Amino acid sequence: MSTWRRLHVKVRTTHGLLTSRWETQRHTWQYGHLALCQNLSTGRPLRNDFFKDLEAQLAAMRKKASDALPGSSWSPLEITPNLPPERADIVIVGGGVMGWSIAYWLKQKERVRGGVKVVVVEKDPKYSQASTVLSAGGIRQQFSLPENIHLSLASADFMRNINEHLGVLDEDPIDLQFNQSGYLFLASEQVAHIMEENYSTQRYAGAKVSLLSPTQVKEKFPWINTDGVVLASYGLENEGWFDPWTLLNAFRRKAISMGVIQCCGEVTDFKYTTNVMTTADGDEVDLRRIKSVKVQMPNSLEYQPVECAIVVNAAGAFSAKLTAMLGIGFGPKDSIGGIPLPVEPRKRYVYVVHCPDGPGLDSPFLIDYSGVYFRREGLGGNYIVGRSPEEAEEPDTSNLEVDHQFFEDKVWPNLASRVPVFEKLKVKSAWAGFYDYNTFDQNGIIGMHPLINNMYFATGFSGHGLQHSPAVGRSVAELILDGNFTTLNLSGLGFRRILANEPMLEKNIV
Amino acid sequence: QSLQRCCQRSALLIVARRQWSSSSVSSPPLHTRLLLFLTQRFYDVEMLLSWGSQLRRRGIQKKNVYYGYTQKLYGSDIAAAYYILSLKGGFRYVGQPEWFRANQRGKFNWDFLKHKDTPLEEVNMSYTVINYTGLGNLEGQKSLRTLSLRGCPEVDDWFLARLHIFQDSLEELDISHCPRITTAGLAALRNLKGLRRLDVSSLPGISSPGLVVILLEEMLPQCQITATGYDHSLRQEKGERMEEHMEGQR
Repeated sequence: MSTWRRLHVKVRTTHGLLTSRWETQRHTWQYGHLALCQNLSTGRPLRNDFFKDLEAQLAAMRKKASDALPGSSWSPLEITPNLPPERADIVIVGGGVMGWSIAYWLKQKERVRGGVKVVVVEKDPKYSQASTVLSAGGIRQQFSLPENIHLSLASADFMRNINEHLGVLDEDPIDLQFNQSGYLFLASEQVAHIMEENYSTQRYAGAKVSLLSPTQVKEKFPWINTDGVVLASYGLENEGWFDPWTLLNAFRRKAISMGVIQCCGEVTDFKYTTNVMTTADGDEVDLRRIKSVKVQMPNSLEYQPVECAIVVNAAGAFSAKLTAMLGIGFGPKDSIGGIPLPVEPRKRYVYVVHCPDGPGLDSPFLIDYSGVYFRREGLGGNYIVGRSPEEAEEPDTSNLEVDHQFFEDKVWPNLASRVPVFEKLKVKSAWAGFYDYNTFDQNGIIGMHPLINNMYFATGFSGHGLQHSPAVGRSVAELILDGNFTTLNLSGLGFRRILANEPMLEKNIV
Repeated sequence: QSLQRCCQRSALLIVARRQWSSSSVSSPPLHTRLLLFLTQRFYDVEMLLSWGSQLRRRGIQKKNVYYGYTQKLYGSDIAAAYYILSLKGGFRYVGQPEWFRANQRGKFNWDFLKHKDTPLEEVNMSYTVINYTGLGNLEGQKSLRTLSLRGCPEVDDWFLARLHIFQDSLEELDISHCPRITTAGLAALRNLKGLRRLDVSSLPGISSPGLVVILLEEMLPQCQITATGYDHSLRQEKGERMEEHMEGQR
């Protein structure tokens, strides 16, 4: 029995060999070679096939002859399609909403058409692990840092006029599905004073928020259980949630229509020159200047070095890998070179639940002081629920698997105590996404690194990158093209605070 | 997408060349020749169209600009009144029975200047180009009771969100026939707790009107909602039943 099987296998493999040889013979045939081949009982007579397909054979021969002549686009050397260009002005590493926003604004602000050649490098065109598309998509102005409030306000302005900014002629108008439902923050006694301070900062910066007492909250939203709530802060305008994929595609479509080159590949290395200088104290400092970026093609060993003038790090959760390639973080311990980029991926879970008697069309994005949040999704009684875990219980970031036990233990009890209707709910689905978590102070890093002369950072937003992306894109484009911030002053979010060890923490209640 | 356009262009060029290279003497009619002429100048036409849309947008923005000068000279109520009249809307003062309106040509009576510092009670901006920035002119009106925005092409979800400035006083709102309002924007009406009559008829932007009206009624319990002009027929359900039948047979 086994001998028959072995013969069968041999016949099959030789069949395979024969067919490939047959293909090569078809190639060489037109030059008049009729090589002999061993006929190993495949059951296909060779000569009959040739005469039957005479027409097709002659046509193929004519095509190959015309290709070989000069003037055709065929060449014997196989050129990989989709390689990035050999030279570019600005390479943006990271094709999420932040990267494409920067690309769009760079093209918007260039003063001459075709002034800057921008290449956006994204390693995963399916965006399976990107933070942009896996986010809950909310935007709020209820921050405590004025810079964050201004960024959110500017981004909301952008999204209000999105068709004016990102509309392409002859294409459909962009529909962000922006639900104007506002955010509702609940505060307990210990943190009520922080909320009041934040409220005055927010109103001073121009956000439309209002403070509510527990009775007012109960009146507006009778489904909330106001035990333990002393104060609530409610956004009236410019707050809500929207579809991040639409925004990403809108930026991408407009940027490509303005001439940005999209490349699918991974940045694996940099070629840089080092300039050693001594400070006033006599310490030696390495100043690096990036000369070219090595972009590796997906699933292949092929790479293309892209010579560039400026590199923008918008890689989100994976930004620290890029700076590690440049040696930041590996210098002497007490110098600037020894401080690595404090951005790391943190996994966050989002659960979709269905509750038929839940809050209706007016339910805001509710954030409780225990850290649990939920928002309405669609019109069918579905809600998106989540919670930021404690520092000690951060889940493992090597994959995007969802831990349903976390929902049972940590999320559901708090949610049910705050909104009693949610005691009866059913988890429909869940997903996990990465935060580009800034371990230093959980706020974005925008600006240049002092040791790398031509790398700009726009990363580390720890969960509010999406809502700030239009305004941050504009600011980074201003930094690159105008040399300084012109519309919003974000120098407080630069590198200086990390190197001087002065965290700008959000005095949030969560 | 630009590739598509290129293909269309080249196809049209081939058609053109074929027509002209044929030996038949009669040249194609004038409109065909004009269209072929335009297709050969594709990028110019694209530039002209984008200029046209930009000019239109700038015209609307100019109409909705903030009337700061009028406000400094005459006060915010007169400024709001002047703004409404210049957009060809109509309004009524608190305590005054007559309406002030602009006619078709845009001419209006300057008598409204007589009533200084009287707030507006009812405003009718139907079929005008009022938008989000224009609403800033009406911001100080604390006793506005009726607002009618029937058929306004620039009223969208953000406009509805800004209506929270009238949350204490507004009792009647009419946003029927506005093409840019979607379901997501109707959630913004949650702030208007004093609303008694709401008209959301014939909004082409909302997808499941029956469900949305029910949710709105739940959200605003004291409000009477009018929602006509929707097709609540069961035609879609019939298609679904046929599909179920097929699957059952399989």
